[in-house]
Amino acid sequence: MFYREAGQYKTSYAADQAIFPVLQDRLGLIAILIVAFVVIPLSGNEFLLQAVMIPFLVFALATIGLNLLTGYTGLLSLGTGAFMGVGAYACYKLATVFPQVNILIWVVVSGFFAAGIGVVFGLPSLRIKGFYLAVATLAAQFFLSWCFIRIPWLYNYNISAAIEVPTRTAFGVPVTGPTATPVTRYLVVLSIVVAMTWLASNLVHGRIGRMWMAVRDMDIAAELIGIKLYRTKLLAFAVSSFYCGVAGAMLAFLWLGAAESESFNINQSFLVLFMVIIGGLGSLTGSFFGALFIWGLPIVLRNAPGAFGLSITAATVEHITFMVVGALIVFFLIVEPNGLARLWQIGKQKLRVWPFPY
Amino acid sequence: MHMKQLALGAAIASMVAVPALAEDIFVPLLTYRTGPFANSGIPIANGMHDYLSMLNERDGGIGGVKLAIEECETGYKNEKGVECYEALKSKKPVVVNPYSTGITLALIPKASVDHIPILSMAYGLSASANGQDFPWIFNPPATYWDGLSMVIKYIGEKEGGLDKLKGKTIGYIYFDGGYGLEPIPLLDQLAKDYGFTVKKYPVPPADMQNQSGLWLNVRRDRPAWMIMWGWGAMNPTAVQEAAKINYPMDHMIGVWWSGSEDDARPAGPGAKGYLSLNFNSVGANYPAIQDIQKYVIDKGNSQTAKDKVGENFYNRGVMNSVIMAEAIRNAQQLTGKKEVNADDVRRGFETLKITPERWKELGLEGFAGPVNVTCTDHNGHHAAYVQQWDGTKWVKVSDWISPMKDKVQPLLDSAAQDYVTKNQPWPKRTETCDKSS
Amino acid sequence: MDLLYQIFIDPFVQMGTAPDLLVQTLWEGLVSGVLYALIALGFVLIFKASGVFNFAQGIMVVFAALTLVGLYEKGVPAFLALALTVVVMLGLAVLVERLMLRPLVNQPDIVLFMATFGLTYVLIGLGEMIFGGDPKVMIADQLYLPRGAIDVQMLGGFVSLQKIDIAAAVIASLMVAALAVFFQKTRIGRALRAVADSHKAALSVGISLEQIWVVVWFAAGIVALATGIMWGARSNVSFALEIVSLKALPVLILGGFTSIPGAIVGGIIIGVGEKLGEFYWGPLLGSGIESWLAYMIALIFLLFRPQGLFGERIIERI
Repeated sequence: MFYREAGQYKTSYAADQAIFPVLQDRLGLIAILIVAFVVIPLSGNEFLLQAVMIPFLVFALATIGLNLLTGYTGLLSLGTGAFMGVGAYACYKLATVFPQVNILIWVVVSGFFAAGIGVVFGLPSLRIKGFYLAVATLAAQFFLSWCFIRIPWLYNYNISAAIEVPTRTAFGVPVTGPTATPVTRYLVVLSIVVAMTWLASNLVHGRIGRMWMAVRDMDIAAELIGIKLYRTKLLAFAVSSFYCGVAGAMLAFLWLGAAESESFNINQSFLVLFMVIIGGLGSLTGSFFGALFIWGLPIVLRNAPGAFGLSITAATVEHITFMVVGALIVFFLIVEPNGLARLWQIGKQKLRVWPFPY
Repeated sequence: MHMKQLALGAAIASMVAVPALAEDIFVPLLTYRTGPFANSGIPIANGMHDYLSMLNERDGGIGGVKLAIEECETGYKNEKGVECYEALKSKKPVVVNPYSTGITLALIPKASVDHIPILSMAYGLSASANGQDFPWIFNPPATYWDGLSMVIKYIGEKEGGLDKLKGKTIGYIYFDGGYGLEPIPLLDQLAKDYGFTVKKYPVPPADMQNQSGLWLNVRRDRPAWMIMWGWGAMNPTAVQEAAKINYPMDHMIGVWWSGSEDDARPAGPGAKGYLSLNFNSVGANYPAIQDIQKYVIDKGNSQTAKDKVGENFYNRGVMNSVIMAEAIRNAQQLTGKKEVNADDVRRGFETLKITPERWKELGLEGFAGPVNVTCTDHNGHHAAYVQQWDGTKWVKVSDWISPMKDKVQPLLDSAAQDYVTKNQPWPKRTETCDKSS
Repeated sequence: MDLLYQIFIDPFVQMGTAPDLLVQTLWEGLVSGVLYALIALGFVLIFKASGVFNFAQGIMVVFAALTLVGLYEKGVPAFLALALTVVVMLGLAVLVERLMLRPLVNQPDIVLFMATFGLTYVLIGLGEMIFGGDPKVMIADQLYLPRGAIDVQMLGGFVSLQKIDIAAAVIASLMVAALAVFFQKTRIGRALRAVADSHKAALSVGISLEQIWVVVWFAAGIVALATGIMWGARSNVSFALEIVSLKALPVLILGGFTSIPGAIVGGIIIGVGEKLGEFYWGPLLGSGIESWLAYMIALIFLLFRPQGLFGERIIERI
């Protein structure tokens, strides 16, 4: 009833090929953006911003990065955490060596360093496929984790062996460091994520995205029609690592305010992989769903007993969280192996014909 | 649909911060009862929680005001620690115990801006002993650098004098993270001063239980002494491996965080002779601990197993809570208020003075050494002693050893300076200094 | 020049001057290789029969060991606890088959792989909740596993062979032999191989997929229990073991995902390579290289022989 396209005529090819052809979709997107940019900061709830929204956005970006590699190109990667770390440490070195340059520029530039490392570890992808490639990325993960501790130059010889984020300002307002307010940081993270999602959306709907999906679906056929496999795969690694690197820089600078090698360990890689799988392989909206689900669910579970007046020890809540997350992962995989994005699509489909069943 | 409503409701509920009752003093405990460091974290969490509970039950709180105790599970992970801190900030905590050097380092800049005191008892950033630069961070009774100097002193004593260390090799096996890397600058300095060589053996956190290769290296290098800076699952594995290669256990000495009974017990008879530093006592034979038994454990309000009361790390947790309780009491005396806030408790910490008589009043006579904190010295650089594992329990085998203040102080000052310059703009201290009564 | 000497000459000089340490290193590598192989064996079993890469194998090792120790701490005598743990693993296999595998029949491999991830999380939470997070001591003495070491005087020094390591090697070989016989000679073994080839074809021949899966997950559970006992006896039983199971991946790369002898050989190669590398070349790089050396070895191996030593060559059909 509400979601009908009847009456919406397209008068140009561009309008017809738009990503959101239905007006309601576009309105919905604008509504979401308004809520994100205006309503949430105005609500001012520090916990919501600091502990829910900022990490959700950071992980959503990393999930988009991994999704580009695993979902769109079909190359399973378990090195996401390490690539995020490369971005974070690169940003730290750049910020401390060139303190006068705006930190936001460095956050984005650090992605290129991560892209470079990603390409290096993606080089085996021509000879190795599928699972075996995952082991190659595991090598990247453990090797880079080791480097983050063992190369003191990376953390400026700090005694703590950790990145200590200096206070930096943008347009006169402190953006990183302890004086930066959650609202400021949230808006910065949100802007970067929105911009990069827009970029990813264009990539994915264009020629490059189609090349990636061709490689994923049947790489021999793709080669036959003229797609250069090596270059496509390396480009996928590069772009994916770029996104992960920026996400990592934001994690260190705009969320935690500190980071060390353990912040980018194998568990982080698994976490992002869960988000990709639950959200849906090969879907950008799915990346956001997956990140929200995997990040938000433990928080809800942790706070729910308190809100309902039950007193359960913190450790038991932790255990229950693990179990519920695990069980829900299995549940979602059974119910909808294509992830939350597919459920969303089905939901929209049903809405289009609502209140009729078909 | 039901799921969605439940989730939405819970989400909204979680957004509404549940404030602590206005009459209570909120004391959060950042603990870890899960994960690879749980074996060290659980007894400490128990000790911290039980002592404060006991104060609530026996005395009705501190100065008549009850303490609202809440544990937040961090798993020794930095992000979780920061998340716990942010989540609990709105409940107006009067002090935060991160119980992890990594989390402490992440929270130091935040706490200085949010004005919440951090108690990092004998861990964290050694340089934060400098009260001028770190008005909100406290780490009595001794820093890691003090501890390391005490270890070297003990080794020197055993060898017949610090000059006898010349030419010897001392091995340093450590947790490959902020905690284990922290003392290394002092170690290198002391090696230069006294002429011994240091062989470093880092244990990666991901692989703490797989140390056999590392200890093969120890067997090859044959250091005269081994110093251990371990935590969590690393400790018992290291002791077992040392026993396996027949390393003389009475030449292996761990810092106070490597001195739990659970660290030495799994190695069985091979662990006999293992040494460690300590600054509190072991045993349940104190009136206060009997009170804990009576008011908390027997009533079923504790997660502690009966036979674990009085063990080293349990008592360590108790000591942590004693320091907090005394600071809160101090704050109440200083300000005359009953419901003190974070600013007041900071002043309470800065005037902290636990004399041996005060320990006796608390029902913990001889439990630990005196604790003195001043405005400029947030640590006190107090002494510790060496204890030895005799197969079933810890036995004190040395006098109280004081740290090498002349070596440690200049390094601390320069490290604090270093930290401040690296983290510009660093808030200059504006808090006034109270003279302790 | 000095660096070249350090990389290429010095380690061998060290090997020559302290041969007892070399033998010790080789022995340590052998032992850890055998333990990696045991974990890899569990992976191979499940992969061979159901095409599922069971990421939860590591946590099954921990869970089995914890159940055993937990039951013993509750007062159950050691061997009865062992039997009960076997029953628990059977129960786990049945549950997994019914709740996880049956609904996911014929889904792509990545989905099943992710489902085992979910299973891992569930087992971690369950294990910690029931047994507590603190590490436990394995009841090695009660199971009559030998303690102590044999110090063999040789080559100018001594080589210390822990008796528990010898026991582990023996038990592992027995297990491998038993499994090899099981797969080759028995009817169920053949059925397992049929299922590994194609689910649909096996169904059409009348092989009950559900039964086979229960059998194979149960077998993997037994292997997990043995691994847990051995590994727990050497160090503690704690959740840190779970990450070590990731090391089984390079073993599988070398040995092939479907080969049981390959798991053993791969495990030994990885174990020995790791220990030798860490001991002789580790100090050059700052030590601690054990954390990534195995994966690098596997990676280099993959570049030259993607199917592993014993794996089947993948023939691509367009």
